[in-house]
Amino acid sequence: MDGIINSLGTLIYATLIYSPPLLFAAMGSCFSENSGVVNIGIEGMMTIGAFAGAAVGYLTGNAWLGFLCAGLAGAAFGLLHAVATVSLNADQTIAGTAVNFLAPGVALLISKALFDSSDTPALLDAKLPMVFNGVFEGSTVWSRFFKNVFNTYSTSYLVFIVVLVVWFVFYKTKFGLRLRAVGEHPKACDTLGINVQRMRYTAVIISGFLSGLGGACVTMAITNQFRPISIVGQGFIAIAAVIFGKFRPQGAMMACLLFGFCTGLRVVLGSNNFISAQLISMIPYVVTVVVLILFVGRSRVPSANGKPYVKSR
Amino acid sequence: MSRKKSIFDNPVFLTLMAILVGFIVGAVFLTVMGYDPVLVYTTMISGALSKPRFLSYSVVYATPLIFVGLSVAFSFRTGVFNIGAEGQFVVGSMAACLVGIFVEAPPVIHAILCFLAAAAAGAVWGVIVAAMKVKWGINEVLSMIMFNWIAFYLSNYLVTIPAIHSDGTAEATKNVADSAKILLPQAMRTGLAPSANWGILIALAFVVLVYLIIEKTTLGYELKAVGFNKNAAEYGGISVNKAVFTAMAISGALGGMGGAVHLLGLGERISLFAGQEGFGFEGISVALIGASNPIGVFFSGLFYGALKYGGSKLNLIKAPSEIIKVITGTIVFFIAISHVFKVLGKKKEGK
Repeated sequence: MDGIINSLGTLIYATLIYSPPLLFAAMGSCFSENSGVVNIGIEGMMTIGAFAGAAVGYLTGNAWLGFLCAGLAGAAFGLLHAVATVSLNADQTIAGTAVNFLAPGVALLISKALFDSSDTPALLDAKLPMVFNGVFEGSTVWSRFFKNVFNTYSTSYLVFIVVLVVWFVFYKTKFGLRLRAVGEHPKACDTLGINVQRMRYTAVIISGFLSGLGGACVTMAITNQFRPISIVGQGFIAIAAVIFGKFRPQGAMMACLLFGFCTGLRVVLGSNNFISAQLISMIPYVVTVVVLILFVGRSRVPSANGKPYVKSR
Repeated sequence: MSRKKSIFDNPVFLTLMAILVGFIVGAVFLTVMGYDPVLVYTTMISGALSKPRFLSYSVVYATPLIFVGLSVAFSFRTGVFNIGAEGQFVVGSMAACLVGIFVEAPPVIHAILCFLAAAAAGAVWGVIVAAMKVKWGINEVLSMIMFNWIAFYLSNYLVTIPAIHSDGTAEATKNVADSAKILLPQAMRTGLAPSANWGILIALAFVVLVYLIIEKTTLGYELKAVGFNKNAAEYGGISVNKAVFTAMAISGALGGMGGAVHLLGLGERISLFAGQEGFGFEGISVALIGASNPIGVFFSGLFYGALKYGGSKLNLIKAPSEIIKVITGTIVFFIAISHVFKVLGKKKEGK
């Protein structure tokens, strides 16, 4: 019994650790995709955020300043993507692919310039804080369980607040309604006096900002430094989660949690020797495919997604 | 309205301009970081091209990229974005590796068997995604991302299977039999890279084949029609579903053969990987730089291969090889917005 509670605690802990990077990035992706701009550059934006967070955190010793800079660095590449896709009507997939080369390249170059290494130095005091440090002490099974479940990184709490805010913005504000409308029928919006370009710029920049924060969760909470392998596909998983969640923030959240849970499962099961660790690592991806086939199926893409909007004169 | 063709309409010119801009932006970065861009670029260029040995390495590096580039370009033409080339590449090299280790056959035939196995594996990997799209309406980008990772872990699992694992201490599979390798004969390799191989000629054959399929066959016409306008194609009696299946099968087969040519030419065996190797994404840029045209892909693959190999020489002068990513990213970025220059060209002429 104690063993089960321990494993369950570890599982929840791992889920709450591995989900936030995906959740932040997925919320970002929701903004961009719903406004009608495909943003495949999320991966690159996470990478530059992961680097900026760890670097600024290390240099200033201030974790939250680092976290903020991570968002801003992501937003800068969001702006670049927006200039290409919204103002210059570039093919959105191609522009996103470019971001995925540029952002990690820039991150690694700056890292080499600043630290003479592609890894940033380890954050000692400037890791993002745990929330309930020292609250759940004691050696009983339950205190360990509560410690695992509740005493997690502040980003794990923050991200759920962000999800709530995103949901609220999407469905309860004029901005959210306009955002979704712009992704469905930009011409109608334009006729009604909504500035399609400005909406899309805002959405893509927000997507960069949130992706940057997601990247920082990896380098400032899960680990304590940026390395070239810090962001390996999490951005694409976040994009996948948004498609999975039918482009709704709440759906994307469920998809990210499922994915984080499966990653946690992999951590818990990883300690046994009966099944190959490689096959266990495959679980999140296989589960996603199975869930897609069984429960999700056709997902409706916002109508104007991927199409540049050219104002007619 | 007829007008003289502007130089800005010429895709080759635009691509060359994008490459030039890429190197300029790279130079700016290098200067800001305190490196001498001239030294860095001469090191890269001479490191990639100055000796037959270097040149042959660049070609060896380029060969798999040409295959993956062809795969992505082919899918683009049908309006599918084959982000799954990475996975098809991996299953292709797995299949080629298994056939290369366990099947006994005379040279040439053995290599052909490996290629066939790789093509089949890649095609299956592509068709699964197509089937999920057609049967259950599952977004292909989503499932391809998943299948890339499934392929990645399958490949790592393959390495750990005792019967396949190397007899030595390396975390890798056994080497493929010599009969399966596609190396040039020893005599021809003197002065060239030890891994100089026939792959580039095989790639060239497939460039021609893909060109003929796209430009000269009914199949190619139908696929292009679907890529151009799905609804119009369906209305014109072309089955969109069938086109998606065909495109993904061919695209997957090309990606899989990329894995084979890499394994039989350069790799010899599959190692345990910490992260995806990125051939799929490099292939996407090769396809984009090559304007999704098979012949363009051939040259952009060679360019990318030389860039990759030349970039690896940068540690000799302690310069960061990551500059390659910035250069590539900038090139792709300018290709994405290149149509703006076309418009500029038109405006100029109008006045």
